[in-house]
Amino acid sequence: MGFEVPKEKFGGRIKEVAIGATKEYGGTRRAKLVAGGSNGLPFHLFEGESGPMPLVAMDVVDTMRMVPERLQETMGPSLADPAGWAKKCEAEWGADMCVLKLASANPEEEDRPAEELEALVSKVLQTTALPLAVYGCGFEEKDAKVMEKVSNVAKGERLFLGLAEEKAYKSLAAASMANGHGIVAFSNLDINLAKQMNILLLDFGMKPENILMDPLMAPLGMGLEYSYSNIERLRLGALSGDPVLQMPMICDCSCAWTVPEALEENPEHGDVKMRGIYWETITALSAAVAGAGIVVMRHPESVKMLRDTLKSLAGGE
Amino acid sequence: MPTAMEIYKLLPKTNCGECKFPTCLAFAMQLANQKVSLEACPSVSDEAKAQLEESGAPPIRSVTIGSGELAVKMGDETQLFRHDKTFYNPTVLGLIADDSAGLEAMRTRVDDAHSAAFERVGQILRVDSVALRHSSGSEEDYLEAVKAAAGKELPIVLMCEDAALAAKAADACADKKPLLYRATGANFDAMAELAKGRSLPLVVGGVAGLDELVELSERAKKAGLSDVLLEPPIDSSGKMLENMTVIRRAAIKSKFRPLGFPTIAVLGSSTADKMNASLGVMKYASAIMMEEMPRDFVYPLLALRQNIYTDPQVPIQVKPGLYPVGEPTESSPVMFTTNFSLTYFTVRADIEKSKVPAWLLVVDTEGQSVMTAFAAGKMTPESVAKAVDDFKVKEKSNRNEIIIPGMVSRMSGKLNELTDLKVTVGPRESSGLPKMMKSLA
Ligand code: B12
Ligand code: SF4
Repeated sequence: MGFEVPKEKFGGRIKEVAIGATKEYGGTRRAKLVAGGSNGLPFHLFEGESGPMPLVAMDVVDTMRMVPERLQETMGPSLADPAGWAKKCEAEWGADMCVLKLASANPEEEDRPAEELEALVSKVLQTTALPLAVYGCGFEEKDAKVMEKVSNVAKGERLFLGLAEEKAYKSLAAASMANGHGIVAFSNLDINLAKQMNILLLDFGMKPENILMDPLMAPLGMGLEYSYSNIERLRLGALSGDPVLQMPMICDCSCAWTVPEALEENPEHGDVKMRGIYWETITALSAAVAGAGIVVMRHPESVKMLRDTLKSLAGGE
Repeated sequence: MPTAMEIYKLLPKTNCGECKFPTCLAFAMQLANQKVSLEACPSVSDEAKAQLEESGAPPIRSVTIGSGELAVKMGDETQLFRHDKTFYNPTVLGLIADDSAGLEAMRTRVDDAHSAAFERVGQILRVDSVALRHSSGSEEDYLEAVKAAAGKELPIVLMCEDAALAAKAADACADKKPLLYRATGANFDAMAELAKGRSLPLVVGGVAGLDELVELSERAKKAGLSDVLLEPPIDSSGKMLENMTVIRRAAIKSKFRPLGFPTIAVLGSSTADKMNASLGVMKYASAIMMEEMPRDFVYPLLALRQNIYTDPQVPIQVKPGLYPVGEPTESSPVMFTTNFSLTYFTVRADIEKSKVPAWLLVVDTEGQSVMTAFAAGKMTPESVAKAVDDFKVKEKSNRNEIIIPGMVSRMSGKLNELTDLKVTVGPRESSGLPKMMKSLA
């Protein structure tokens, strides 16, 4: 007979990146989370270190403009208040961390002033002790103003600020470095762009242990296949030893809630509430199986479903 | 395919020239490149022939179940990662009808499986098979249900470990080429004989580990079976991922023949089972049978399967052209979009929702979405203007107007200049089209 299990050994390793600072490290977060830290393919426990489980982050959006009505119904009224929403993520929904999206800064929409957003971040920091990432609205000038204030008001908390883009990263990197925060480096479904983005940040003076990569997660049915393969390639690139690709990946799977098929009433496609939850969970599961270190999700039931599966993947029941 | 050297070793090495090549080595090189066939050498021994055929066989055997248009093929994969080339044969999904629920319930199940078919971005996605399982029900009911399924189109999996009953069941649906499930350590010889006698594919499984699975696979080979499916243990998601991965790697990287077959996983009805089905679609399960497939789950599962099994080099596309939506006339509105299927079908569905007939001009963007094509310079005012000309938009419509996707409002001026058409910027998301079109009409 003589069947020998074919095993792969990789020379590289995904770096460990700490998120959030506890009292001991000068912050007020309840935990210092670690993402990354493995020398093998995801959940391939038979041949590599398991590393920590992928973290499950939940997002909080500061304007209902970006939250589909259906979710507002199924997730309850607390969504209108970002601090209350974040508190739910912590106390009831079991998130490891929160991603606060300051979409209302958008100068073409609400255009909320930087001072108000600073106050909002400070309030969220007081209401929850979850480690936090804070994303701007994607308009460089406005984000520069907002993020400078956010960085200051959260001094010591080791936030992760996002999203750094190829053409707009300097002010964000500066805000992040000023107070010992981390940064999320965005790239668009392309391994070379992901690498390029990290190189830009390193050249700017950021430390590798302060960088997370967001390689753009496209949702199920809307380009998931591109993301799935891109994440796999990034993970393989990192494991085969490219130090510039060894930052853990954060994959935003809440994008599932932009897909019409996940949201629209259609009896042919079954119960819309459950369909949406599966839509998000499957999106997140593919990110995790491909190699994400952190998945960002929105619906509490999707989070629960994914967590159970991750446990089972990591050798549990 | 074996290398030229491997082939050369097996040739007569007489350089007789009968094959029209000066030397055996030259012939071996052509053979390795699949430029010639082994037949051209009259002196090769039967033994060498058999050996070459075996080493030239694909790393994972292709196995087909069912007959007619809905027959499905499994296996024949060559990659561990889809980005290296593509995954070819989508995971076959099957709904289990168990006889413990009685004949009527089984019949309903068979119907449910047949009706679970959906059109998505121009392709039909369906549950591909129905699995009839004998557990605690009566044999009569079981055979009746098999007959009911035999009268329908979907391929059949006979889940029955009692070889005598399985034989009757197989005869009741003989022309459907059913898959037999399964030969275990306990019933191996009887099941193998049944499969061999009727030339049917057979699952080997019910094992505690891969070593045992390898043993069963080798026994199947000795019994003269070549159409085999492997059922590895899947006690947890982690075990499932591990075993499916090890089998795929052993087959492709180590060319380990006993594991060079398609795989199958039989799942229950819990949430964990649903997640394992999703995992199986990503990680190498060739077939998945499930006890429950509610539509709110099976639809996203089918979308996942469609995504994972799309060729990474070729997005799913539609043909560029001017398409009527509804029954448009000369005065109906004209709008354009890309030839990426996802975009086209999304936009088309939204136009249909408006109930206003329209002309939809599909511009060739090499299968890219609006923003991707725009960012990559594959959809420019020039290429849109060319499509307006090529597809004779002005002959079909006299409105002298074109509605463009909101995301590319920036091309308005130039497009107007090039076409003389009035350019109206539509909504960013096509879901806003019904509202806009009602105001047009
Ligand atoms: C999957 C994807 C890819 C895939 C390609 C998929 C494909 N076949 O097109 C790949 C990985 C190849 C890719 C590559 C790139 N991409 Co890309 N990609 C995406 C992604 C994730 C999804 C696109 C998609 O499928 N959308 C779904 C379809 C249905 O949307 P759509 O075509 O736009 O159609 C909608 C609307 O436009 C509108 N609509 C369409 N037609 C019409 C018609 C009318 C009349 C109206 C009114 C409305 C309307 O309704 C539709 C439904 O809402 C988006 C990000 C995102 N989440 O959207 C980025 C995105 C489109 N990509 C982007 C970029 C920059 C690129 C690259 C240039 C980057 C790179 N890596 O080099 C390359 C270019 C490719 C090349 N060099 O050849 C950017 C575009 C940025 C910009 N503002 O210009 C985006 C927005 C990502 C981002 N946030 O940065 N991409
Ligand atoms: S016919 Fe056969 S033996 Fe003769 S040269 Fe060709 S390969 Fe060699």
